[in-house]
Amino acid sequence: MRITCPICGERDRREFYYQGAAVALDRPAPDAGPQAWDDYVHLRDNPAGRTCDLWFHEMGCGAWIVVERDTVTHEVYSTELAEKAAR
Amino acid sequence: MRYSALRVIKEGLTGNRGWQPVWRDPEPKAEYDIIIIGGGGHGLATAYYLAKEHGVTNVAVLEKGYLGGGNVGRNTTLVRANYFLPGNSEFYSHSLKLWEGMEHDLNYNAMHSQRGLINLFHSDAQRDAFVRRGNAMINQGDDAILLDRDGVRKMVPYLDFDNTRFPIYGGLYHPRGGTARHDAVAWGYARGADQRGVDLIQQCEVTGIDIEGGVVKGVQTTRGAIRAKKVGIVVAGRSGQVAAMAGMRLPIESHVLQAFVTEGLKPCIDHVVSFGMGHFYISQSDKGGLVFGGDLDFYASYAARGNLPMVEHVMEAGMTLMPMIGKARVLRSWGGIMDMTPDGSPIIDKTDTEGLFIDCGWCYGGFKAVPASGFAFAHLMATGRPHDTAEKFRLDRFRTGVSIMDEEGTGAQHNLH
Repeated sequence: MRITCPICGERDRREFYYQGAAVALDRPAPDAGPQAWDDYVHLRDNPAGRTCDLWFHEMGCGAWIVVERDTVTHEVYSTELAEKAAR
Repeated sequence: MRYSALRVIKEGLTGNRGWQPVWRDPEPKAEYDIIIIGGGGHGLATAYYLAKEHGVTNVAVLEKGYLGGGNVGRNTTLVRANYFLPGNSEFYSHSLKLWEGMEHDLNYNAMHSQRGLINLFHSDAQRDAFVRRGNAMINQGDDAILLDRDGVRKMVPYLDFDNTRFPIYGGLYHPRGGTARHDAVAWGYARGADQRGVDLIQQCEVTGIDIEGGVVKGVQTTRGAIRAKKVGIVVAGRSGQVAAMAGMRLPIESHVLQAFVTEGLKPCIDHVVSFGMGHFYISQSDKGGLVFGGDLDFYASYAARGNLPMVEHVMEAGMTLMPMIGKARVLRSWGGIMDMTPDGSPIIDKTDTEGLFIDCGWCYGGFKAVPASGFAFAHLMATGRPHDTAEKFRLDRFRTGVSIMDEEGTGAQHNLH
């Protein structure tokens, strides 16, 4: 699998650290309550198919990237800097 | 039909014409007391123990493919009870005892071979950790022997003991650990369940779970609707999709774990050798193939095949540990879909829907758990109470923080196990 870093271009998967589902973009408010925080920290949709997850370009520019890809075929549809996706 | 040496001789002398199919191929009935979704090792063992231990025989196992076609036929066949934390310790200890009586119980040859497992260590700190783990195993009533460097060398002389990065200081030896023929375990439980009246229904995919007023009523399948008083979900890597049919989200991410086998060689590796620092472990099958594996590919995936960076990593780790295997040719590699929980420990529990139960989260260690998981899940579904050996495997432990079992000590977070 190769991932296109929006800054560095297409790179080998080994340059990236995998953080997990891109839920970090929807962080609940501090007082949202235990259920909302459990949903956020532990529970996952875990889809077989299209998903969005967060990768860190550890061996490159250090950018956090939202990668939209397919968990069955490993096709990468799009990538975007997390700072833009979060806006 | 019972299997015996006498029977094998008799059939051999009469042209093997007397063998019968080992299980029926029934049409689904309109209603069952209990439906098990998933005809893998855990699901088949659950059905077997429901019938044997609890006398519940109006049971169907629904399998979308063929029996034992998932992870139970795709793993590296290790059987061990070397866990450290309360919760896991008693469960895997119980599982190993069930393994030791399984072949007799099922009248089926699962080729369970207690050839011994050696976990290597490479520093003083790691030795301390293994001493502690060994003591925990002994306290649990299982066996553990600390080997020094010479002790390891005596048993497995072919390792690179003076590797610059990972010199071998010794190993924790678990004599009752070993391997088993993975397919035979699924087939043995399937045969035992079928003989006790359980319907094993293959090519039957569950497409929906019927819930009315918070109570489970049955399932929708590709072979029609089937009613049931209780439904158990035992679908490993596919847990997320099946749970979603009941409106649930689980603390699970599915990842791929790879395994490899070489061409058949003459006997050379007599034990199971585990090289934790390289995430590498190896044994030799009865056919002679070296069976080995590594770590997860480490991103969410349902592709039942692996990526090349991990292939390279596993081969490097193997060559680091035992350079002699460099001349063996790898025959096949494959991947299984692991249901990873945040703390790396499993879940056997009720759900918020009455009558709906779930057994999942086996991470990369489900094979050795097959007997005890089936035993405990059958107990839970039949009696409504968790079995003593599995009472800490709660679905809500991440929300409550109670009895999180993080064997690796890395933290109960999704991308760390």
